[in-house]
Amino acid sequence: MTSEQQVDTLVTPEMEEKKGVWENERVSYPVSESDIRKWALASYWPEKPPQLFWDEEYAKGTKWGGIIAPQDFNPFAWPIDRPPRQESNGPRSGRGQRGMNGGQVETFGVPIRPGDVITSRTRLKDWNERETRLGLTLFTETEMEWRNQRGEHVKTRISTGIRY
Amino acid sequence: MPINVYFEDVNVGDELPEWSRTTDFMSWNRYAAVNDEFVYIHMDDEAGRAALNERGAFGMGNLRYTYLLNALRDWIGDEAEIREAAVQYRAINQKNDTLTVTGKITDKKVEDGENRVYLETNVVNQLGETTCPGHAVVVLPNRS
Repeated sequence: MTSEQQVDTLVTPEMEEKKGVWENERVSYPVSESDIRKWALASYWPEKPPQLFWDEEYAKGTKWGGIIAPQDFNPFAWPIDRPPRQESNGPRSGRGQRGMNGGQVETFGVPIRPGDVITSRTRLKDWNERETRLGLTLFTETEMEWRNQRGEHVKTRISTGIRY
Repeated sequence: MPINVYFEDVNVGDELPEWSRTTDFMSWNRYAAVNDEFVYIHMDDEAGRAALNERGAFGMGNLRYTYLLNALRDWIGDEAEIREAAVQYRAINQKNDTLTVTGKITDKKVEDGENRVYLETNVVNQLGETTCPGHAVVVLPNRS
């Protein structure tokens, strides 16, 4: 016999209210050449990273016209004030409290450059719920959008969360 | 500037050049430092075992995603672009794993004014196990 409460759905009223509503807006510090260089060094370690990410003279000769950041660069690392831990998009107790990261899809626009200030916002985009080998399982899609100070699209990430 | 690969020169079925990294605390800690990603399961063996990984601390998924982008970038060069990349996080990245990024071209077409090449991708460990199946779309320059 299971001690878990049987539920018909893992979708909560809070989710219904939040669907499609942008939230969690934040603004990065200005990105520096040094931030980009350190990111590139760490992520390419133990090999030297591409010059595009640290050599301005080289980068000027490329289509980009100057140093740019790799697409995986995170301009929100090391904030002074840490944002509160985000509430999960799922039930508060019992069934649906177990979760997994179902992966992500990122689409890229313009690159991040030294001096850029990036704004980010997220929204609960969609979900679907079905029976799987784990039982009743909720798949949520959270959309995160980054834009630079010129309003240009930098990146969109759709993350899939799995709750069961 | 040198171009690594032109749109005209790639074909469906072509595979990414070999790209690998051996991972352990050195690589995880360096990545954690820049990404501000200090999580005990990636830093401490006891915490890793408490998370039900018998071998202790394990690598972060974000680093494997970074490896995918690095491998794509090394192939396409500085005059091309990555337009899209996707991963699912499956098997754990254990200490001293050698991770290899694999990719195979599944389609190429001109779309929205861009020379787009579609790839099926993965990050596999030294045992050939899938750790991050996914896909990518890159935009390549023309020869002329």
